[in-house]
Amino acid sequence: MPKDNGIGASTKRREDVRFLTGTGNYTDDINLYGQAYVHFLRSDVAHGRINGIDTAAAEAMPGVLRIFTGADFEALGGLPCGWQVTDRFGQPMKEPKHPVLAHGKVRHVGDPICAVVAETLDQARDAAEAIVLDIEELPAVVDMRKALEEGATLVHDDLTDNLCYDWGFVEENKEAVDEAIRNAAHVTTLELINNRLVPNPMEPRVAVGDFNAASGDSTLYTTSQNPHVIRLLMGAFVLGIPEHKLRVVAPDVGGGFGSKIYHYAEEALCTFAAKALRRPVKWTSTRSEAFMSDAHARDHVTKIELALDADHKFTAVRTSTLANMGAYLSTFAPSIPTWLHGTLMAGNYTTPLVYCNVRAVFTNTVPVDAYRGAGRPEATYQLERVIDKAARELGVDPIEIRRKNFVTEFPYQTPVAVEYDSGDFHRLMDKLEARADFAGFAARREESKKKGLLRGLGINCFIEACGIAPSNLVGQLGARAGLYESATVRVNATGGLVVMTGSHSHGQGHETVFPQVIAEMTGLDANMIEISHGDTANTPMGMGTYGSRSIAVGGSAMVRATEKIINKMKKIAAHLMEAAESDIELRDGTFSVAGTDKSVAWGDVTLAAYVPHNYPLEDIEPGLEETAFYDPANFTYPAGAYACEVEVDPETGRVTIARFTTADDFGNVMNPMIVDGQVHGGLAQGIGQALLENASYDENGQLLSASYMDYAMPRADDVPFFSVDHSNGTPCTHNPLGVKGCGEAGAIGSTPTVVNAVVDALQSGGYKVDHVDMPVTPSRVWAAMQG
Amino acid sequence: MYGFEIERPTSVADAVAALGADEAQALGGGQTLIPTLKQRLAMPSKLVALSGIAELRYVRREGDVLKIGGGTTHGTVAREAAGNFPGLAALAAKIGDPAVRNRGTIGGSLANNDPSACYPAAALACGATIVTNSREIAADDYFQGMFTTALEEGEIVTEVRFPIPEKAAYTKFEQPASRFALVGVFVAKYADGVRVAVTGASNDGVFRWSAAEEALSGSFSADAVAGLAAPDGSDMISDLHGSGAYRAHLVGVMTKRAVVAAG
Amino acid sequence: MTEVTMTVNGKSVSRAVRGNELLVEFLREQLRLTGTHVGCDTSQCGACNVHVNGEVVKACTMFAAEAQGAEVTTIEGMANADGSLSTIQQAFQDHHGLQCGFCTPGMVMSAAALLKDNPKPSEAEVRHHLQGNICRCTGYHNIVKAIMAASGQDVGAIAAE
Repeated sequence: MPKDNGIGASTKRREDVRFLTGTGNYTDDINLYGQAYVHFLRSDVAHGRINGIDTAAAEAMPGVLRIFTGADFEALGGLPCGWQVTDRFGQPMKEPKHPVLAHGKVRHVGDPICAVVAETLDQARDAAEAIVLDIEELPAVVDMRKALEEGATLVHDDLTDNLCYDWGFVEENKEAVDEAIRNAAHVTTLELINNRLVPNPMEPRVAVGDFNAASGDSTLYTTSQNPHVIRLLMGAFVLGIPEHKLRVVAPDVGGGFGSKIYHYAEEALCTFAAKALRRPVKWTSTRSEAFMSDAHARDHVTKIELALDADHKFTAVRTSTLANMGAYLSTFAPSIPTWLHGTLMAGNYTTPLVYCNVRAVFTNTVPVDAYRGAGRPEATYQLERVIDKAARELGVDPIEIRRKNFVTEFPYQTPVAVEYDSGDFHRLMDKLEARADFAGFAARREESKKKGLLRGLGINCFIEACGIAPSNLVGQLGARAGLYESATVRVNATGGLVVMTGSHSHGQGHETVFPQVIAEMTGLDANMIEISHGDTANTPMGMGTYGSRSIAVGGSAMVRATEKIINKMKKIAAHLMEAAESDIELRDGTFSVAGTDKSVAWGDVTLAAYVPHNYPLEDIEPGLEETAFYDPANFTYPAGAYACEVEVDPETGRVTIARFTTADDFGNVMNPMIVDGQVHGGLAQGIGQALLENASYDENGQLLSASYMDYAMPRADDVPFFSVDHSNGTPCTHNPLGVKGCGEAGAIGSTPTVVNAVVDALQSGGYKVDHVDMPVTPSRVWAAMQG
Repeated sequence: MYGFEIERPTSVADAVAALGADEAQALGGGQTLIPTLKQRLAMPSKLVALSGIAELRYVRREGDVLKIGGGTTHGTVAREAAGNFPGLAALAAKIGDPAVRNRGTIGGSLANNDPSACYPAAALACGATIVTNSREIAADDYFQGMFTTALEEGEIVTEVRFPIPEKAAYTKFEQPASRFALVGVFVAKYADGVRVAVTGASNDGVFRWSAAEEALSGSFSADAVAGLAAPDGSDMISDLHGSGAYRAHLVGVMTKRAVVAAG
Repeated sequence: MTEVTMTVNGKSVSRAVRGNELLVEFLREQLRLTGTHVGCDTSQCGACNVHVNGEVVKACTMFAAEAQGAEVTTIEGMANADGSLSTIQQAFQDHHGLQCGFCTPGMVMSAAALLKDNPKPSEAEVRHHLQGNICRCTGYHNIVKAIMAASGQDVGAIAAE
């Protein structure tokens, strides 16, 4: 295997060349002949009753082709929710309809009311201003606690209250947990907020709908992490288009982080309008629009209690969370605070009893759904913050208290349903202690002091569950989808190989990494291998990319399909060399007969498959194309230990990240360079959540941080160089590559690390501060310091 | 954006004439105006772009005064004022980002008078003279509250004259999202006293902190400021980035740091 | 409509433009140079950065009509004459300075402007210079590293993983 392109090599990314030369093909770069433009007239009030929509004047404006309103979609489906959570009492969650265009009521600022299609975008915008809306403003439901009060205004009139579900996990353990907390030697309690975020991939969403009148086929080009899922949801549940008449293409996509998983109204509208008007219809989101129409993230209000015995062993965790759903249920929203959150509340520890209560609440805000980490950051943040607080209350070392409670034997069955297959938390902490130079911290703190700054050190451990699976389990938990992945491997007559994968790359580097795996398996040169993704016309089915699942699930499907190809090629090679199939070996792209000098080149075998003159036609078919669907046996469990040092300016409250060190276990690593990059990006997003980012609503439901003027995105000078390590991971035991996934770790592990460090810094300066809610902005730190 | 015509005169006289048209509006560097137009918050019939007027672009010293043409970009000021007035050059070098500094102009910034902009603090602290196509306006008379100035409709800032101080520095505590000043303080020491102007903090826009001026005129030292009570927070901007009390506190901190930076 | 003439990536172009036509719209829609991206509408993200007369500017915050007579360079004009990646582009690939690629053109244009004025920037100078370029993928680590490497500095020690 050439050292620079097999498994474990830091192969340079082939996709970079097009991105670096401006020749990428993002959805907004697609313009179809005869294309019209759509502008959405959106609600500027958070809650209101639609008493009338008068489009007459607008329809007469220049260039206007059609104005769609909620009435056009009344007979069609709403945007579907892909996960049904069952509550503590065995009842299904409440699932109000999510119309494509608002009907009856508007329920958040940004809720689309009308879609104006015109020859130009300016004409569409001009016409939108001429639409006369008669909307009776209603009191806005913004604060989750108030939303649950008796007599609160209802977001959905057909529901009895604003509670989506009241979920308990593990419900059977509730009394035992209560009892353990009553009897504990020490209980540490922490109330905290997991701040609402706006995902903000740099590419705003775009949709281009097209309709072929000759075939009756619809095509949607969209900024999606999972085009097949969009095809299924939009086709089957919204527009009633069978999948074989609908093609969804997600070309180069400029980041997703979860926000491009979901099926959005604009996609359905463009597809619908293209068919209605027999014209391609394009929508390009502005950033301002994205702030009020892309699914938001996090937004939990939590109280957590940690019970310890006299020996500082954790005996129970009890946690209670209000989780904001926003105005409607986004595609996977109900699963995030439940199955992706409660199942991680054991963390890296042997805590025997856990009870997690989550009440999901409807409010007049943008829908909330998964964002990098999705539920797991919320679990990690509260658990690791309360452990840190407990250590401070008890006067024990934050590392020692964690080590004392680590899970050390695998597989480990947690009290919250999941079974960790592999891991070594002590080794991760050992590595962190060595690499983060804790020994030198005291000296660095002195240096900071000389500059008038308070230095703090924060520690964190975390475990996540990635590659969500298997399908039959998630089905029991309420998923309305399978969570396998598919791959088709096609080898052409001339020997080139194409993988059509259901995974979707929007920055992850699949076009480079997947060929590394194939190269390792076949010995083929990387330039013989091509990756095709993002087009439902090419790939049999795909669940897409999220939850750190691409290499663990999509990669495994590709391995299985490639194994089928290799097995078939061995049969052909055996025939060509008149040898037994069991004696055939594949090495460096050549098939040979073990123990002889007989061999046949890769290209000879592929040619024989397509020109089967000398071919075992009685045993196998011609051609070389194989498909595999891979449904994992279990989640994967990446874990890590992180350390952060901050400097706090006591005069201004400003927090600066001075050092950030990670020790991660991702199992086997396919391309270390790319994995480093995934960790870096996750860390910046976590630091962003911890220090900068906040989607803030006022009491009327107006989003105050509705642009980059007020929503603080991390910039280059907000972060330092990171010191990351993921060597010597413990391989996943149940997938063929032994991989665990690396996309979300940085975002999951970083928030408590940063806040723990801030608290350490403040306490070192004599300030009696045991918690500051995120984002830990200068003004909040300063306010906390004032007492 | 709404539709409009754009005109690009090459002289001040032509620009003034063009601005005589109904609903015509001057376009400086556009770094604030263009985002505003994108939101359809303004509806000019015609934009008169000042970027083609070479006579508005210069930085030159005449005696103890630094004269800057109204169309001079922040990037140019950062480079060309560095020798004669380093405090002002340093301020210009930290406005926005490099791309913004290559378009945004001093005249545009002063005409807009954003309550969080940097230049108003320098102009007020230096007692600068704002020169327009028709008159000269003292900074003390020019700034009239947030987004409000003494400029008349169609009047163009052609030059800003800064008396060069003995010592000066600007310190900015950035609002973390926009990177505008949450609080910015310009301190300028002249032979006849010290002037201190504060931007970002007040509901009334840029203002002079007279208590600090008095204290620093007596003794130009950080200690002189340390003893001062923070200005009244009730007049300060209070938003999601910080309360009025926090901003008031920062005024003291930033003033002290500006004095230290001025040396 | 106004007629404008400018030089884009070394070629003279003349087109009629609307008064409110932004330079980025002109580049993307009229010239089909889609490497210049639009990531925000408040002039902050820098995905649209191009060079006008050798200086980096936001193509979303300048009207096409104002580029009359200007020399404009976009990401499509940044490769070497033989089509190979320029030093800066190559450093971004070598150091994994991009993931989804959307902010990348703007980053490259900013980096080129920085290195022209400051051939050996420090880490702090690079980070300060990138204030107007937002990346959501990389955490900036490898972007800063790539720019320093492109300036000929040894990044092995300063940007240790």
